[in-house]
Amino acid sequence: MSDTVTFKIKRQNNAESSPYWENFVIPYIPNSNVISCLMDIRTKPENSKGETVAPVVWDSNCLEEVCGSCTMVINGKVHQACSALIDKLEKPITLEPMSKFPVIRDLIVDRSRMFDALKKVQAWVTADGYHDLGPGDRESQSVQEVAYKLSECMTCGCCVEACPQYTKENNFLGAAAISQARLFNMHHTGKNITDTRLDTLMQEGGISDCGNAQNCVEVCPKSIPLTESIAEIGRQVSGKILRNIFKA
Amino acid sequence: MSKQRVIVVGGGLAGLAASMKVAELGMSVLLISFLPVKRSHSVCAQGGINGAVNIKGEGDSPDIHFYDTVKGGDFLANQPLCKDMCHHAPYIINLMDRLGVNFNRTPEGNLDFRRFGGTLYHRTAFAGATTGQQLLYALDEQVRHYEVQGLIEKMEWHEYLGAVLNNEGRCVGAVIHNLRTGEIITVKGDAVILATGGPGLVYGRSTNSMVCSGTAVTSAYLQGAKYGNGEFIQIHPSAIPGRDKLRLMSESARGEGGRIWVPRKAGDSRQPKDIPEKERFYFLEDRYPLYGNLVPRDVGAREIYDICVNEGLGVKGEMKVYLDLTHHTSEFLDRRLGGILETYEKFTGVDPRVEPMEIFPAVHYSMGGIWTDYTPTLDGLIDYQSPNNQMTNIKGLYAAGEADYQYHGGNRLGANSLLSCIYTGLMMSPGVINYVKNLPEAAEDLPQKVFEDAGKQWQERFSNIKKMNGRENPYSLHQELAEQMITNVLIVRQNSKLEATLDKINEFESRWKNITCLDTNDWSNPVPSFINQLWNMIHLSKVITKGALMRDEFRGSHYKPEFDLKQPDDFQPDTYVEFEKQKANGGLNESAFDKQHLAYMKRYAENNKKWLKTTIAEYKNGNSGLEGGPEISFEDVDTSLISPRPRKYN
Repeated sequence: MSDTVTFKIKRQNNAESSPYWENFVIPYIPNSNVISCLMDIRTKPENSKGETVAPVVWDSNCLEEVCGSCTMVINGKVHQACSALIDKLEKPITLEPMSKFPVIRDLIVDRSRMFDALKKVQAWVTADGYHDLGPGDRESQSVQEVAYKLSECMTCGCCVEACPQYTKENNFLGAAAISQARLFNMHHTGKNITDTRLDTLMQEGGISDCGNAQNCVEVCPKSIPLTESIAEIGRQVSGKILRNIFKA
Repeated sequence: MSKQRVIVVGGGLAGLAASMKVAELGMSVLLISFLPVKRSHSVCAQGGINGAVNIKGEGDSPDIHFYDTVKGGDFLANQPLCKDMCHHAPYIINLMDRLGVNFNRTPEGNLDFRRFGGTLYHRTAFAGATTGQQLLYALDEQVRHYEVQGLIEKMEWHEYLGAVLNNEGRCVGAVIHNLRTGEIITVKGDAVILATGGPGLVYGRSTNSMVCSGTAVTSAYLQGAKYGNGEFIQIHPSAIPGRDKLRLMSESARGEGGRIWVPRKAGDSRQPKDIPEKERFYFLEDRYPLYGNLVPRDVGAREIYDICVNEGLGVKGEMKVYLDLTHHTSEFLDRRLGGILETYEKFTGVDPRVEPMEIFPAVHYSMGGIWTDYTPTLDGLIDYQSPNNQMTNIKGLYAAGEADYQYHGGNRLGANSLLSCIYTGLMMSPGVINYVKNLPEAAEDLPQKVFEDAGKQWQERFSNIKKMNGRENPYSLHQELAEQMITNVLIVRQNSKLEATLDKINEFESRWKNITCLDTNDWSNPVPSFINQLWNMIHLSKVITKGALMRDEFRGSHYKPEFDLKQPDDFQPDTYVEFEKQKANGGLNESAFDKQHLAYMKRYAENNKKWLKTTIAEYKNGNSGLEGGPEISFEDVDTSLISPRPRKYN
């Protein structure tokens, strides 16, 4: 085992400037992940040419793969940097910001589009108020298990980074938001606005933009059955189209 | 009067609960968060949320929950608040269920409940092992709905720097730092709620997230807010070692039957599976037959320390013990604990369904926080209309969630934190609105100068930080501070070491001035912000350490061996209740008590008289500008509902 690790990091000073690659060589320490190596670079911000440079910046918070912050492209694959263990990665290790979102700086990107998509599909339960209105509805264990899986989505962006249909130029909502629409359409009261959600998903950027590449489900760190969600929403949309025809 | 609004700082459970409740009551909210609120530290909470719903027919009730909470906290919490919280817990769980949280279910479709530490009842509702994440998402969704309706405005990627105070010292807004552009601006608000979480980063690596530097609460303290019970830092018995952070292994692993053990032979090098049953020491079950592996966290962490340090039985001679779930089927474990087992496997490469986990104690939670007020009703609950609830001693500045000090006393019970966060956010909102509506003028109508001056002060501070050109790397200096705190202000505390640590922290404070600002860009540059945070962490570590030094007793998570009252093994806490009753009636019949018990009870009563008090730290300026430290005083605790008595879990 080599006693150093080399990182090739794609850096960018701000949204307008051009990206450039910079290499960093740091001592190998067992049980490191990408985050702890970025922290090492920060305590001694020196590139492989021995020049002192501004420390690399990245986005992170929980470091337990539940907040979604530290998503980046590691050795060409989109992943959370916290759960990317050095011992399991090919060396040198390349780090790049996600390509589907505007770069803020270095490895930090702006994922507002994903949160906007959650607004568009109205991913919420409409509540009468937050006072005591008694217990919610009963639910079977089997339905809970399906819904729980969907509710683990942390809006990290892996699914849309891997999706060939999701581009900076179009307005595709992406797998994460479609799957959230499915989650709320199956909730006892969430489903009260199913129709409104489906209206959004029938428009441009909605379900028909999916090209069925199935990359999303491959890269989801939470193994959320995204393609099943897309298929289910597809069925719901088709049903609605049919109903609309008969109504007309 | 111009339109009024409330500023909420922090997008975790407490901040989101307050935002949506204030919005529901019709007032505008400006929600400020360091990062997208959906990524707040509340997502890390795993095991569940407590509420005595009594689904299992065990006879559980909010009053028993209240008793367990107060006892768990070693009687240091103000009781009306705890009582009100526990009485509202079942409703909060129902509310979260209505809002779409996917709690686990019983075969009949009811909410399922599991056991947690410090109680004998199944009282913890849970959504797999990612309950905090699920609760946060439900609140995030409600807030997003209000955002679309225009009642809540979010400013994410903004860091709170300080409060704007008018000439009467009333809080009328906040100074915030745009983490993208580097701009420092002021925002106007008629009340400001700090829901900014805990300060785990003071200890470097902890179970906390990277934003948990405690910098917002420390800023309030430096501006004159009182800080309560700073020395009470919870050490969670079970965490997974890591270079960047110590990941939590939820108490629910033990709630679902996980057993803690060490090899009976010191330094045993065999694989855990090769160690036969009779050569394993299940020390918690042995020492605490009643609560077993589910003793409260302070007790658990101390016992692990004892077994590893004093007995030398830690796994492979290190500060680690086994947490064993291998007696359960994989199917059972995946359904009830899935998320955390995946986390363990992902970060260690070992499958906990097959091999016992290796865990060790880590800094987890701060029971202490900014001092806040409340108004009780005659029946010992909380008057929700009172503007005092959760208000700090700075008028108009409020605190909620882990940022405040009042719910968990000297030690928090597992699964009570999610409850206290949501509870405070909801409970305080009507009072905050009453406060705002009764103000003589809206923040919007105040002279612009008040805001300009506050903004200018922080702009100057940051421009000075950017000019720092010394020799110290701020991140390395932080590691040194953390090391001192981890070594000396953790599970076992000694006055000589605490004194030395205070000297060390003062040294860090002077070395801080010799920092070099590694990056002077304006755009998306975390370095100046971190240097400012480090200053605050230095000051908060003084609060924690000095509080620990001053408190010469053993209570909850604050353990000083030399002040251990040495409870006799056969002592029963009820005896003490009788002892106090007799004393109150004016006729203590000493001969009715065992001699050793009597002596212990006298020691206990004497100790409580002196130390059953809230530690209050107030910032006092030193002689040269910003330099200074905490002045410590003590304040009475409201124990009017349950009389204090010795804790016992075996």
